[in-house]
Amino acid sequence: MRFAFTDDQLAFRDAVRDLLAKECPPEVVRAAWPDGTDAHGARKGEGARADPDRVARSWTALADMGVLGIAVSEANGGLAMGAGDWVLLAEETGYVALPHPFVETACVVAPLLDSVGDPDGVVAELVAGTRQAAVVPLTGSLVPWGDAVTYLLLLDHRPSVDGPWVARRVSRGVALGNEQDEQRHLASSIDAGRHVVQLGAWASKSVVGHSDDAAMAFDRGALAVAAQLVGLGRRMLDITVDYVKERRQFGVPIGSQQAVKHHLADVAKSLEFAAPAVYAAAWAIDAGDDQASRAVSTAKALASDAARLAVRNTLQCHGAIGYTVEYDLHLYLKRAEALSRAWGDAAWHRRRVAAALGI
Amino acid sequence: MDLTWSDAEDRFRNKARDWLERELAAWRARHDDRILSGDTAEGFEQHLDWERTLFEGGYAAVSWPEEHGGRGASRWEWLIFEEEYYRAGGPQRVTQNGIFLLAPTVFEFGTPEQQAHILRRMAAAEDLWCQGWSEPNAGSDLASLTCRATRDEARGGWVLNGQKTWTTRGAFCTHLFGLFRTDPDSARHKGLTYLLVPLDVDGVTVRGFGRLDGDEGFAEVFFEDAFLADDAIPGGVVLGGVGEGWSVAMATTSSERGLTLRAPGRFTATADRLVDLYRERHAAAVGSGDTDAVDPGLRDRVVQGWMKAEAYRLQTLQTVTDDAEGRSAGARSSFVKLWWSELDVELHETALDVLGAEAELDGPWSKGWQFALSGPIYAGTNEIQRNIAAERVLGLPRK
Repeated sequence: MRFAFTDDQLAFRDAVRDLLAKECPPEVVRAAWPDGTDAHGARKGEGARADPDRVARSWTALADMGVLGIAVSEANGGLAMGAGDWVLLAEETGYVALPHPFVETACVVAPLLDSVGDPDGVVAELVAGTRQAAVVPLTGSLVPWGDAVTYLLLLDHRPSVDGPWVARRVSRGVALGNEQDEQRHLASSIDAGRHVVQLGAWASKSVVGHSDDAAMAFDRGALAVAAQLVGLGRRMLDITVDYVKERRQFGVPIGSQQAVKHHLADVAKSLEFAAPAVYAAAWAIDAGDDQASRAVSTAKALASDAARLAVRNTLQCHGAIGYTVEYDLHLYLKRAEALSRAWGDAAWHRRRVAAALGI
Repeated sequence: MDLTWSDAEDRFRNKARDWLERELAAWRARHDDRILSGDTAEGFEQHLDWERTLFEGGYAAVSWPEEHGGRGASRWEWLIFEEEYYRAGGPQRVTQNGIFLLAPTVFEFGTPEQQAHILRRMAAAEDLWCQGWSEPNAGSDLASLTCRATRDEARGGWVLNGQKTWTTRGAFCTHLFGLFRTDPDSARHKGLTYLLVPLDVDGVTVRGFGRLDGDEGFAEVFFEDAFLADDAIPGGVVLGGVGEGWSVAMATTSSERGLTLRAPGRFTATADRLVDLYRERHAAAVGSGDTDAVDPGLRDRVVQGWMKAEAYRLQTLQTVTDDAEGRSAGARSSFVKLWWSELDVELHETALDVLGAEAELDGPWSKGWQFALSGPIYAGTNEIQRNIAAERVLGLPRK
C-alpha cells in the first residue's frame, strides 16, 4: 500500500505546471474567446487579451514537451505512460483552463487509436500537436473546440444504457474529412473559450476498437475531466484566497471574517476529499482493477460537486467584482460549470455507482 | 501508487475477522443477546467485559507496542482492524477517550515510568480515562478555562478547585486527564498544566447527566480543595512540563480531530449497511407492488453517502502514506473532522428517510442518528474547525 505519486511523476507535473504558468496565463485563456459580441449583443470575453498566436503556442509548447503523447506507445512517438502519470497533468491543464482539447486528444483519442493499431494513421499528428481530436460522449451533440478538430469520436452505449460501449469515428458533419470546413459555427455558450460547435447531421462508417477499448476510452475521458475540475477548483480557491486577504471592509481584510473563512474552508475541504478519489481512479485504471469504472464515476461525481461548490463560494467571496467580465474569475468559473456536466454529470455518475453497488 | 494490501496484511485481516466474529458472538451470548448502551451504568459493565476480551485477544490497542499491551501492528494494520471491527458490528469503545485521545499524548510526552504504568492498565480497561477539557464557561474558547491547581509543596502535590463538564462517560470512569491553571496570574494559553487525576481522591465529585439520547453519557466533575498527590500516578501526575499544558493538549486534540478517533472503517461500514438497507427496502417495495414506498430519489443520496465514505477511506490512505514518509498532514486534519462528522449525519438522515414512518422508533439507525448529531459539536465544533482550516491551511488572517 502506498498512496503517493513518485518523485518522477511529481517532477513532470511541476515542469508542466511551470510551462503552463508561462504559456497559459489568464490573458491567453481570454484570447481564446471569440472577438466581438455574441448573438445577443453581449461582450462576454472582453478584457486584456494576449496576442492570439499565444493561444496556439500553448498547445505546441505541450507537444514540444512530449505531453500530448504521454499515453501513446513509444513506437508511435509517445512516452508510454499511464493514467497515474497524466492525471496530474490533466489537473494542471484544468488549473489554467487550457483552451484546447487536451483531455480528448492526449488522454482519450491518441491512446485509443494507438492501442488499436492506428487505423486512420493520425496518431503521429495528434502527438505532434498538428491535429486535434474531440469526443462527444453519451449521446451529446456539442463538440468542444469543434472549429479546430479534425478527428471526432462518438462514445456511447448501444443499444441501451446498459449495452456495450462503442466508439465511432464521425466522417461527416463537424469533422468532415481531414480539413476544417466552413460549416462550423461556434455555438453561443457560457464558456465561449471552449469553442463549442453543435454537431449537425453526421455519418459514421467506422467503429474504432472493441467495446472494451471504447469503455476504457470513456473512463479515461471522465477521469481526466474530473482531474481538470479539481485543478479548476484549486485555481478558483487560490484566486479567492489572494483576494480576500487584500480586500478590506469594516477596516479589516474580509478574509478575517468567519463567514468568508467558512465558505472557503468548505471549498478546500471538498477538494481535499475529491482529489484522492481522482488519483485512486487513475491507479485503478492502470492496475486493471475490476472496479475501475466505479472508481472513475466516484471521482467524477465528487469532482463535479466540489467544482460546483467552488464556483458558488468563490464568486460569493468576491462580491460584485467577481461578477464582472474584466475580472478573471469567470474564465475558470464557466469552464468548471461546463466540465461538471461534460462526460456525465454528477447524477449520471452516481447512477453508475449505484448500479455497481447493486441498487 | 499501489492500492493493494500485502499478503501479510490480508492474513492480518482474515485473522482479525475470524476473531471478531467468534468473540463478538460469545460476548453477546454472555449477556443473553441483550446489549445495552455503553453510556448507561449496566451497559457500561457489559462493554467493560468486551474491552477485557479485546485486551486478552491482543486487540485493545493493536498499534501499541506489545510491552504496553498492544500487538505492534503497523498503521496500515490498524486501519484494517478498524474496518473489520465496524464491519463485524463491534460495539462503541468505552475506553476510546483513553486509548485514542490520552494515549497518543502519553506516548509523546510521558516519562518511561508514566508510560509503563498508564498504558497497559488503560489497554486492559483497569483504569478508565475521561477527558477534562470543557468547563461551564470554557467550551470552544478552551483557553479561557479557570479550573485551578495550586501547588502545595508541604504535602507534595496540587490542590484542585473548579468544575469540568461535558465529560463523556465521566460517571463510569476512574481517572480524568485535563487542563488546569497552575499559574494563578496567567491568562489564556499560558500557565496551564496537563494533569492526570484519579477520580477517587477526596474533594472530587462526579455527577452524571442525560445526553440528548437519554443516556447518562455526560458528566460534570467538581473539584473542591481536592488534593492530588504527586505520586497518585507512578511517574507523576503532570504530563509534559508544568505550564506546558496547552501545547501538550494540542497534540491530543489533533488526534481527536484527525483519524485516530474516527477511522474510515466506521463510516464505510455504516455506508455499506445503508446500501444494504436501501436494497432490502426497495426490493420489499417492489415485491409488494408499492414502488412508491421507497422514494427513488433516495438512491442518489445513498450513493452520495457511500462515495463520501469511500473518499474518506482514500484520503486516509494518502494521509497515512504521507505520515509514513515524513510529510505531515498538519492542520489538514481539521478537514478530516469536518468530513466525518457531516458524513455521519448525512448517512443516518438518509437511512431514516429510507426507513420512512417507522424511523422514529428506537433502533440502531435512530440511536445512531442521535449520536451522529453530536459529531459536529464535540472534538472542537465544526465552526472552530473551519476557522482553523481557513487560517492554518489557507493562510487567511486571524480576527
